[in-house]
Amino acid sequence: MEGKSADRRFAVDRPALIRRLRAVLPVQALLVEEEDLRPYDCDGLTAYRQLPLLVALPENESQAQAILKVCHELKAPVVARGAATGLSGGATPHADGVVVSLARLKKIVSIDALSRTAVVQPGVRNLAVSEAAAPYGLYYAPDPSSQIACTIGGNVAENSGGVHCLKYGLTVHNVLRVRGLTMAGEIVEFGNAALDAAGYDLLALLNGSEGLLAMITEVTVRLTPKPQLAQVVIASFDDVRRAGDAVAGIIAAGIIPAGLEMMDRKAIHAVEPYVNAGYDMDAEAILLCESDGTPEEVAEEIGRMTAVLERSGASAYCVSRTEAERLKFWAGRKAAFPAVGRLTPDYLCMDGTIPRKRLAEMLQEITGLSGKYDLRCANVFHAGDGNLHPLIMYDANQPGQLERAMAFGAEILELSVRFGGTITGEHGVGIEKVNLMAEQFGMAEIETFHRLKAAFDEHGLLNPGKGVPTLARCREYTQARVARAPTAPRF
Amino acid sequence: METLIDDWRVRIAAAAGSGGKLAIRGGGSKCFYGGPETGERLDVAAYRGIVAYEPSELVVTARAGTGLRELAATLAAKGQGLVFEPPHFGAAATVGGMLATGLSGPRRQAVGAVRDFVLGVKLLNGSGEVLSFGGQVMKNVAGYDVPRLLAGSLGTLGVVLEVSLKVLPLPVAEKSLRFALDEAAALQKLNQWGGRPLPISASAWHDGLLTLRLSGAAAAVAAAERELAGEVLADADVFWDSLREQKQAFFLGDAPLWRLSLPSVTPPQALGETLIEWGGAQRWLRGGDARRIRAAAAKAGGHATLFRGDDALKTEVGVFQPLTAPLARIHRHLKQAFDPQGVFNPGRMYPGL
Repeated sequence: MEGKSADRRFAVDRPALIRRLRAVLPVQALLVEEEDLRPYDCDGLTAYRQLPLLVALPENESQAQAILKVCHELKAPVVARGAATGLSGGATPHADGVVVSLARLKKIVSIDALSRTAVVQPGVRNLAVSEAAAPYGLYYAPDPSSQIACTIGGNVAENSGGVHCLKYGLTVHNVLRVRGLTMAGEIVEFGNAALDAAGYDLLALLNGSEGLLAMITEVTVRLTPKPQLAQVVIASFDDVRRAGDAVAGIIAAGIIPAGLEMMDRKAIHAVEPYVNAGYDMDAEAILLCESDGTPEEVAEEIGRMTAVLERSGASAYCVSRTEAERLKFWAGRKAAFPAVGRLTPDYLCMDGTIPRKRLAEMLQEITGLSGKYDLRCANVFHAGDGNLHPLIMYDANQPGQLERAMAFGAEILELSVRFGGTITGEHGVGIEKVNLMAEQFGMAEIETFHRLKAAFDEHGLLNPGKGVPTLARCREYTQARVARAPTAPRF
Repeated sequence: METLIDDWRVRIAAAAGSGGKLAIRGGGSKCFYGGPETGERLDVAAYRGIVAYEPSELVVTARAGTGLRELAATLAAKGQGLVFEPPHFGAAATVGGMLATGLSGPRRQAVGAVRDFVLGVKLLNGSGEVLSFGGQVMKNVAGYDVPRLLAGSLGTLGVVLEVSLKVLPLPVAEKSLRFALDEAAALQKLNQWGGRPLPISASAWHDGLLTLRLSGAAAAVAAAERELAGEVLADADVFWDSLREQKQAFFLGDAPLWRLSLPSVTPPQALGETLIEWGGAQRWLRGGDARRIRAAAAKAGGHATLFRGDDALKTEVGVFQPLTAPLARIHRHLKQAFDPQGVFNPGRMYPGL
């Protein structure tokens, strides 16, 4: 989808912009040739591609500041980019804008074991923080599946989750301070090294703001003591509904598992030949249910979990006996996206969240939609918090398949909202779901979002076209929706 | 209930049209917190009641006027609770007041603050529009996180109508231990313990005594109790409740009460009589020189709040740590985004906001 961000509000004088940026940046920090820009034309949402006007690669905060000051003065849009693993197109370039890659800001500034904090630059990889903290018996809790590659700056921008966030929280619960730059190039600090800060909780606002409010240059994260022991139970179910009931049963029993994941048959069949994680190929669904803590605590909790699983009709279950085995069981879940990627030229990953009790119902609906659109779909869920990742498989080279995949995805997200949930649990709205925001929010809320953005970025230069639809687009979407389904009740 | 909202809309429109101000009040238990109230009283306590509660979803939705005690009792009947232990400061405390002040109790150090548990809000803005943000699910990144922004905003951005909160199971077992330690040694211990996987859920140091609470699975609490080997505290619930509600002797009397929010490793500050909570991250002071206190808090990387004090002192030194210029500007613009005529709770947070 070339040229999706065909937003012509910005009349940027490219030669002037290059001249001004060259004056403040080392020569290697500015890319202008098309062949150099090409690698930056998309993020993890590869269906959308757009060449940026320019790419800047600052090496430090003051270069980033200089870039923003120039862009602010010349009214050029700016798109911040980390490792570009995002799945909603949050880092898709703007045709008239500068992509600012923060990949070179990759220093771990400090790790303080006593206060259990780390100060890192935005380009530091998620997993690198945990690796650096490991000698102190600490780790950084949020663990998105892309944690080998994704960066802390991107994690903050998207408020990333992971498979352990039911117990340990999202990025917003694990970040103490964000240092950044306003679009005008002013240095701002949100939060601090304490547990709270004076004034409005702007730190909470920055998390998940998708690069629309400020550019991140440094982050203080909270580190968590590594539990003495973790064990995971894998349970097989020959019926998806029973697996869904087991999830509710575990929570109702007063257990908060360290992780609670579900995969359906298609996902299992994609993963098992690829990773050999030991998953049951005969199951309709499997649950991964983790306990961590002291050895006594884990033994007690695993006992309670397996009792619930048995009561819920699990056809089989097994408990990891060693740390190596636990990691093997998780490896399958964490490799689910690439495993599905092997089965299909392209796939779209959805990210709705629904109340847990509707998991089974949603799966049935998705099966129906899979038939309707004639496209395969594998399902992996963060079942503990109701966050779904249906992976819709398609082939972009077959005429009409991308459009069908997108319509399929949109229907899943509309259902998510109708079931009392949201169009995105952790991947962000980005460019992918911007129109669907009108499904979840009314005009008054959308207008508030625009005013809120303007409080940080008066001219709307930071990542324009993402996250929040224009009011005109909202109206178009709503009208089109009414035309499409004239009798469908909204809720 | 909807007629209440219609009435308030009329009041808001009248105030907005005439330069009037409204002072939003729920149970009135936390009026002392923040700058002095000005403007006409807008009583919102009648907008009450639990809207939805499903224990297996770990979410409760309640109208802002719902009593905190009523809510806690409903949750406790299902073995769940608001585990950040919000203080009541009076029997009339409401859900709305809890959100507006953003205050959390002893267990904050282990589980997070009010803002960490807010999933969704419905509010009435300064134009009288009912807005809905967030939702009733654990993970939701659609739109800016307005629900968390509202935690601690002291009613300056709108009238909160409804709040959805994450709830958690109450701990199965608890045990409190006591240690005789001076301030520096207590801070050292708290931070060292904080780096280990111990089920510490609350801590308080005052006058040479450190009290620690362990909460969690019975096995984990028992193992930690054996390892830490402190003196077991009888009547521990009374102790932690009196700390949460500021009924201990330290908090009594008329001297100004300062709250310092500091990095937990900050050494003793010698600013006056001190009570320490949250593993070293929250420190209370009675009296003292406002400028010295603010300077020390800033130097340590935190901030100081005049938590209780008379209006004259609040006006003189400000309730909250001053903001940097860019942050102050963002605050003003955010206020305008929600309340363009400046109707709600003017001056409760900062003068002019």
